Amino acid sequence: MESFWSMLTDPNAQWILLGCMLLGLCSGVIGCFAYLRKQSLMGDTLAHAALPGICIAFMLSGTKSIGLFLVGAGIAGLLATFGIGWITRYSRIKSDAAMGIVLSSFFGLGIVLLTQIQHSNYGNQSGLDKFLFGQAASMIGSDVTIMLIVSLVIVAACTLLFKEFKLLSFDPGFAKGLGFPIALLDQLLMFFIVVSVVIGIQAVGVVLVAALLITPAVSARYWTDRLGVMVLLSGLFGALSGVVGTWLSSTTVSLPTGPVSVLAQTLLFGLSLLLGPRRGLLAKRLTHRKAKLVLQEEQRMRATVSGKGGVDA
Amino acid sequence: MTDFWIILTGSLVATCCSILGCFLILRRMALIGDAISHSVLPGIVIAFMVSGSRDSFIMLLGASVLGLVTVFLIQLFQQSGVQSDASIGVVFTALFAVGVVLVSLNLRQVDLDLDCVLYGEIAHVHWNTWTLGGTDMGPKAVWLLGFTLLVIVTLVSLFYKQFKLCAFDPLLAAAVGIPVALFHYLLMGLVSMATVSSFESVGAILVVGMLIIPASAAYLLTDRLGLMIVISVAIGIASTVLGYAAAYVLDASIAGCMVCAAAVLFILAFLLSPTHGLVARKLWRRMNQQSL
Repeated sequence: MESFWSMLTDPNAQWILLGCMLLGLCSGVIGCFAYLRKQSLMGDTLAHAALPGICIAFMLSGTKSIGLFLVGAGIAGLLATFGIGWITRYSRIKSDAAMGIVLSSFFGLGIVLLTQIQHSNYGNQSGLDKFLFGQAASMIGSDVTIMLIVSLVIVAACTLLFKEFKLLSFDPGFAKGLGFPIALLDQLLMFFIVVSVVIGIQAVGVVLVAALLITPAVSARYWTDRLGVMVLLSGLFGALSGVVGTWLSSTTVSLPTGPVSVLAQTLLFGLSLLLGPRRGLLAKRLTHRKAKLVLQEEQRMRATVSGKGGVDA
Repeated sequence: MTDFWIILTGSLVATCCSILGCFLILRRMALIGDAISHSVLPGIVIAFMVSGSRDSFIMLLGASVLGLVTVFLIQLFQQSGVQSDASIGVVFTALFAVGVVLVSLNLRQVDLDLDCVLYGEIAHVHWNTWTLGGTDMGPKAVWLLGFTLLVIVTLVSLFYKQFKLCAFDPLLAAAVGIPVALFHYLLMGLVSMATVSSFESVGAILVVGMLIIPASAAYLLTDRLGLMIVISVAIGIASTVLGYAAAYVLDASIAGCMVCAAAVLFILAFLLSPTHGLVARKLWRRMNQQSL
């Protein structure tokens, strides 16, 4: 526990802690809608697709600014969603294969561009490959400021548009009938996913950023049937595991923050899977046993009643 | 000679993956291939830590076990009510995180490069050779991939009928008495094997690309499974050769260029396929309109 307080007083660790917490919070919130829209792996695809965008942004500008990377990755992410849309609409390839195709070809392109950057004389290119696995420890004040703004915007937008997103998640047809701009809302949600993925890449890396979107939402789903509660819980789970990840990785040398946060989330998922009040494995087992006991009791009663009946007759 | 070994390794990877990819595409399990290719990482690291050597066959075993564990967990979560793609996401990110943590904690003992895991070092293939009785037998990776290809071809051709029925109509397959679950796990085991033997030389991402892209392109070009496998393998090998040439010209990552070449071939198939292509369908529609 002592290490926890010492981390809180270290100004450098404060930034990282704040960054990981915000990241967990905002991906947890947006991940709920992605989960209910059955687009959980979209985050994974977008994270891989962001790589060429980041590389091109770096090649054009020559600087490593998270703002420019956001723009580049955002454009690449939108292209990727259009690509998936085109492939599924104009051919008989299913959406999962379309996602796989887009994911791997964008990532392949990203790797090609990354090696191009490494082989040519761009100044200050060191650390660009850190985006592959993420390095939360390299976050500085300005990065965290951008994360703060982005996550505030996302959380505020989700609060303001809660009703619209709720309708979009559960019954898009009905929402369209009521006159909501479905296509626009859909694009907006996708844009938020892209943004939260991009700010997450720096902390946890391309592969694991999907976990930030998926795992808290799935865990929260075990505890409630109400969307509002689910969004709150999911944000809480995300933030909590961000804190735990930062704390644990600050206690041990060479323990990376991102993967530890993801493992903390997985632990929360495991607990939810076991202990969730109605869907959890334990609750299901108990209900099952109770039903079995009731049934046995009924059968025994029926047997005694019919047995007596037999004697009487 | 270097060029030859690299192209041979790439073609072997492409062949192994394209054959299995066809079945994955048909069973709508493309993303399970993606998940397996990421989650074998802890298997490789644990096998390395236990055995203390980079003996490929032990790693192959460890990773295949992890591949099956992945599939098992995904199915377990699906049955307990989690959406299928979400359960894929939860499982592979968790296992990949375990792998990254294990590598980071044992950085001194584990001689595995994380970058290499993602995009491979096919250019180094010919340095890691296998000597038997004093004679140089060529790169280890080629032997390993050759063995994997042999296993895949043997099993798929022995049980072709069963695999085919399971891919198109699992219910009918179960009804006629084929152990569907067994063939499911067999296919997944083969995918893990292919992933692992390709891992060191080409990295996780190329494996995913080679599993999904050539098979999808072939799916647009034909309606027959046998032909689809042949076309898929041809596209895989073609993208290996084209990709290597592109990498030579551009001086860029070979694995990345191979995936990009496969993507270009897929786009060509998407546009120009005689039956399912965009252009063909437009023309057909226009002709219909005129005759109307």
